[in-house]
Amino acid sequence: MTVVERREIALVDLLDRLLAGGVVIKGDITLRIADVDLVRIDLNALISSVNEQVPSPWGS
Amino acid sequence: MTGLRYVYAVCHPFDAPLQAQLTGVAGDPPRLLSHHGLIAVVSHVPERDFAEEPLHRRLEDLDWLTETARAHQSVIDALTVVTTPLPLRMATVFRDDSGVRVMMEAREDDFRRTLERLAGRVEWGVKVYAEAEPQEAPAAAPKPASGRDYLRQRRSRMRTDEDMWQRAEEFATRLHASLSSYAEDSRLHAPQNPALSRHSGRNLLNAAYLVPRDSSEEFVELVDRTKDETKTDGSGMRVELTGPWAAYSFAGEQSAQESAGGQP
Repeated sequence: MTVVERREIALVDLLDRLLAGGVVIKGDITLRIADVDLVRIDLNALISSVNEQVPSPWGS
Repeated sequence: MTGLRYVYAVCHPFDAPLQAQLTGVAGDPPRLLSHHGLIAVVSHVPERDFAEEPLHRRLEDLDWLTETARAHQSVIDALTVVTTPLPLRMATVFRDDSGVRVMMEAREDDFRRTLERLAGRVEWGVKVYAEAEPQEAPAAAPKPASGRDYLRQRRSRMRTDEDMWQRAEEFATRLHASLSSYAEDSRLHAPQNPALSRHSGRNLLNAAYLVPRDSSEEFVELVDRTKDETKTDGSGMRVELTGPWAAYSFAGEQSAQESAGGQP
């Protein structure tokens, strides 16, 4: 594994928090946003397809 | 037409200026919208990306998602320097300022309660990985002489694997228990998909711990000690620490007991 720890926050750690954490505001006053679980599932599919072609979509 | 309102966080009023040159989501520097003694931190975002229908599509665009997530995070980070923000879920969008104000009024009591609970606290992320292969490779076994030999070797290999996973689970459970007893609160996130994290090994624990800023140093030392031990003990375990984060994982109302759903 890498000897030097990456200083930049890994996207996946960030998304754990941004898409699963935070206060959820529901109701007529917000625009209905994407269901987070769906986003994550789609993201998984998206990234596996990206990985097949490109070594690293967001650098390492 | 001045676009929609993207809300990052709610916080108490603060005196120190926000870091200059903060770009914010959609390149719009964050603005402070004050209402009933609370502040909503807001960017003006274009409908072409943030209205309901385009937003769905945009969230599935990895480049856009990455850029937006990082912009969101940079604003929350800047807020963390001057106050304790209560982060909202990514992509919380309102039609206009008055929509934001209505929301703040409706949620005022919740916000104040949660802000009080989180004041002076930060979140630390701890992940445990088990390497997929046991340390001593069972490949050294002699070539099976017969079918029975083969089955015996295979059974023993499977037992070794089972033992390893069991030890790994125990390690993760133990670490989570000891970190939880130190932290004020904890949350378990779903294990990360290796394709997404680009880490080797199986992610057994992906947890967040709420720790007072003042005692964070001891918490980090505790994790670092475990991390060092795993590097030399040949257990094939790896421990990773991230943070300090704003208390994203603790912004909701539910308690650890409700969200945990069992041990890792």
